[in-house]
Amino acid sequence: MTPVAVSVAATVASLVLLLAVLELVRRRRLREKYALLWILTAIVLLILSVWRGAVDSIAGALGVSYGPAVIFAIGALFVLVVLLHYSTVISALTDRTVTLAQDVALLEQRLAQLEHLPASRASVHQPDSDMTAKD
Amino acid sequence: MRCLAIIPAFNEGASVADVVREIHIAQPDCDVVVVDDGSRDGTAAAARKAGATVLQLPFNLGIGGAVQTGYKYAWTNGYDIAIQVDADGQHPPSEMGKVIAPILAGTADMSTGTRFRGVGDFKSSASRRIGIELFARLVSLIIREQVTDTTSGFRAVNRKGIALFSVDYPQDYPEVETQALAHKHGLRLVEVPVEMRQRQAGESSIRLWGSTYYVIKVTLALVIGMFRSPVTTPEDGEQR
Repeated sequence: MTPVAVSVAATVASLVLLLAVLELVRRRRLREKYALLWILTAIVLLILSVWRGAVDSIAGALGVSYGPAVIFAIGALFVLVVLLHYSTVISALTDRTVTLAQDVALLEQRLAQLEHLPASRASVHQPDSDMTAKD
Repeated sequence: MRCLAIIPAFNEGASVADVVREIHIAQPDCDVVVVDDGSRDGTAAAARKAGATVLQLPFNLGIGGAVQTGYKYAWTNGYDIAIQVDADGQHPPSEMGKVIAPILAGTADMSTGTRFRGVGDFKSSASRRIGIELFARLVSLIIREQVTDTTSGFRAVNRKGIALFSVDYPQDYPEVETQALAHKHGLRLVEVPVEMRQRQAGESSIRLWGSTYYVIKVTLALVIGMFRSPVTTPEDGEQR
């Protein structure tokens, strides 16, 4: 049997995780989209912590002699999934940063070209007179 | 009163030009901005040719990010009214007048054109209707006002609404959350019955495989949104 103290500690830890994630979303520090996997992780851990019979039967079926190791293993599995998910998110962000930087470079070049047009043509586009003085 | 029609478009090259032209006919005083959300089918060129101003995003941001770009444009350029119109032809420009009317009259800050108040015949799948009904009830419960159609993006706001949406707009599947967000910031909401058409082209951004995620994400956002503190809008800054 899983010791009661272990179940209590695991329950408290999963509750703290759940509340921390919800509070981060409330404060707009974490988007709902990226909170969902964390919330799922916390709920699964919470169920395993409270429902002690489940942990023991899973441990029995797998031939694991120390029941709480099952909670640990499932927790680690979920963290792996979250990490893998974040790797894909980071990859997407990297692609977007590259595109943004390239687009900014192209825009700067177009802007510089506009600023160096002959004054008669440029004045149409430039509301600010001291910008023409730079030429 | 300067009015701007905001059309978010992602690969809607087949229908966006017609929508722009119809708006020019139905609301000749309304400027039109098409936010091209990283399309690869000539959406931007088609919209430009039809006479719209085009904001081209460098990659696909999703409907929320695209629409918010339009609201930022509306805020920066001093528009008094902004109205969202879908690029797929679902929202008939001839109905825009009805949606804008409460804003013009000053009786509401945000006006949503809805399909379920007795006008037109809108057909929809059963699962979709159940989802719409579920969210209508949840939002009605949260804001303590009756709403019938939380998934309609046919919506007009005044300067106060433009200010709010330019700084805070839900990112994916925004329509449901928008109503709760607007209510939280003290906007007066109204629903106007309008006729809607079947979409001319394209497909709904909400597909079957995404619907479970959709329901969970929106419910979470709605519930957490109740406990959030309001954001500071650029309008608050102007009043100080």
